[in-house]
Amino acid sequence: MDLHEYQAAEIFGRYGIPVNRGIVARTPEEARQAAEQLGGRVVVKAQVHAGGRGKAGGIRLANDPAEAEAAASQILGMEIRGRTVRKVLVAPAVAFDREYYLGVVLDRDARRIVVMASSAGGVDIEEVARERPEAVVREHADPFLGFLDYQARRLAFRLGIEPDLVRGFAAIARQLYQVYVDCDASLAEINPLVLTRDRTWMALDSKMVLDDNGLFRHPDLADLRDTEEEDPLEREARLAGISFVRLDGTVGCIVNGAGLSMATMDAIKLYGGEPANFLDIGGGASAQRVAAALRIVVADPNVRSILVNIFGGITRGDVVAQGLLEALREVDVRVPIVIRLVGTRQEEGRRLLEDAGFTVVDTMEEAAERAVAAAKSQ
Amino acid sequence: MAILVDESTRLLVQGITGREGSFHTQQMIEYGTRVVAGVTPGAGGREVHGVPVFDTVAEAVAATQPNVSFVAVPAPFAPDAILEAADAGIPLIVCITEGIPVLEMVRVYHAVRARGVRLLGPNCPGLISPGKAKVGIMPGFIHTPGPVGIVSRSGTLTYEVVWALTRAGIGQSTAVGIGGDPVIGTSFVDVLEMFQHDPETQAIVLIGEIGGADEEAAAEYIRRSVTKPVVGFIAGRTAPPGRRMGHAGAIISGGRGTAAEKIAAFEAAGVPVAERPAQVAELVRQVLERR
Repeated sequence: MDLHEYQAAEIFGRYGIPVNRGIVARTPEEARQAAEQLGGRVVVKAQVHAGGRGKAGGIRLANDPAEAEAAASQILGMEIRGRTVRKVLVAPAVAFDREYYLGVVLDRDARRIVVMASSAGGVDIEEVARERPEAVVREHADPFLGFLDYQARRLAFRLGIEPDLVRGFAAIARQLYQVYVDCDASLAEINPLVLTRDRTWMALDSKMVLDDNGLFRHPDLADLRDTEEEDPLEREARLAGISFVRLDGTVGCIVNGAGLSMATMDAIKLYGGEPANFLDIGGGASAQRVAAALRIVVADPNVRSILVNIFGGITRGDVVAQGLLEALREVDVRVPIVIRLVGTRQEEGRRLLEDAGFTVVDTMEEAAERAVAAAKSQ
Repeated sequence: MAILVDESTRLLVQGITGREGSFHTQQMIEYGTRVVAGVTPGAGGREVHGVPVFDTVAEAVAATQPNVSFVAVPAPFAPDAILEAADAGIPLIVCITEGIPVLEMVRVYHAVRARGVRLLGPNCPGLISPGKAKVGIMPGFIHTPGPVGIVSRSGTLTYEVVWALTRAGIGQSTAVGIGGDPVIGTSFVDVLEMFQHDPETQAIVLIGEIGGADEEAAAEYIRRSVTKPVVGFIAGRTAPPGRRMGHAGAIISGGRGTAAEKIAAFEAAGVPVAERPAQVAELVRQVLERR
């Protein structure tokens, strides 16, 4: 789950990380008031779950409240990578000498948390890591002892930070690690962490992504979800316990299992079509789940055909078929459906579906081929 | 022979009184797995499908000497259950639980390794040595004994491939689901090494997906150390970057972990990669005939 910059900054601030505190505004008028309250030059920043805000024109400097109002009216409503900006953060403009990067992520290969830092701050860190790997320094945290003070100092020394500034840098790095662990984050990042003109450290941009699997033990953080940013269909799927990712194609998919869902999408592409979504209904394939999945898929206006691919496994094929039929009675489906059903008692399941007038096929290849053809003839 | 589980498996089920635990205990017994004990704290003294239930793993171990534990405990309690089994000295722990916070697994991974115990999963379907033992949630009937070892990050996609092999008359030595989470106890490389040393396994199928670099590590290991033929399949060629595709570990991040990279790594290691799950069976037939 993504957090907004202002939400991450508020959490970092609670951990004693010096953040550039600002005020959130939803209208140009509110932005002007925020600038009046802060006084002096301000920066107006789009609050949206999309990268590349700066390049898209979503971050603007303003010399006075009138300029802040004008900047906000340009940024609010702007589309950045397909997301509409609904909020801006108005924060004091800070003069600085140097920009650093500081981030905490999971290193999957090492199965450890890694703290990364770079003196090339303020730019895309993945690009820096690709083009100048030596510019990024790393320390792996011990799984039981955590990220130690000497490791934080070592990062600072390797970046050539002057001795009088090392202690402050190390404290921020350790606190950022602590935030990461305490919140079950999958990313905690300050980019840039700047050295201001008066030689103090300040986090100018804060970013946090949370591990969805950790949210059950952080109800306060789960409440920070910005439902306005969610695709309405993805939101409905999440509430129904269905894994769903909306894509651009025309063949809607309903599959059980994540790996099989991806393989089904790939098969659609292989036969010349484009999947409209990733959708994993999970185990069991109950009528309720299937109905929710059908509702979500048919709500996408791009969908021209639907491919249902169920590997019944332990769940009996006739039970799955009954679930499908119940769901199909409940949901008004106006595009062709191709069903592929395998598992225990698949013959009985097939008969039930065929008697109700549905096309049932044996292999997922055949199902994909038919669903693609059906989508194209619509 | 097979790997990890066979006729000598004595299984403990943690969470045996739960809906999943009870259902799969019955399924595993029906397949022929010897389930010797169950554990649910507070349910000691009961029986589930004729299996005695204990309050603690240590008691179950003392009374019934299990050598594998199957953990079917909800995510908030699963890390503790894994560590309880590890501390009781059970050498193989299979955890099917989905939704464990990844930072919890970082600690569990290192703690389990320090105790010299093997963890399979979490978020995996378990494993099966057809005709010998099933320690997992896969449908037993789709499998048949034979020479092909299977290792996969996925559940139903593995069933798909197994079904294609069985229908083509090609049996399996052991099918191992390593799990779809970012941090898992047993990697592709660990299982490849076991298959390489298993005399019954003559060919290996590796089913990967987008996210992480375990497939790349597997390709490198195959190039250096595996002499048996390997056939690959990678799911997620059409997956968009930055989106989690169901499995917590199935995400392309920072431009890394794409299907294209993984397929290229396999091809560079001389591993043919199927375009469709059913094609795996054709490729396996070819490599077996060549031997």
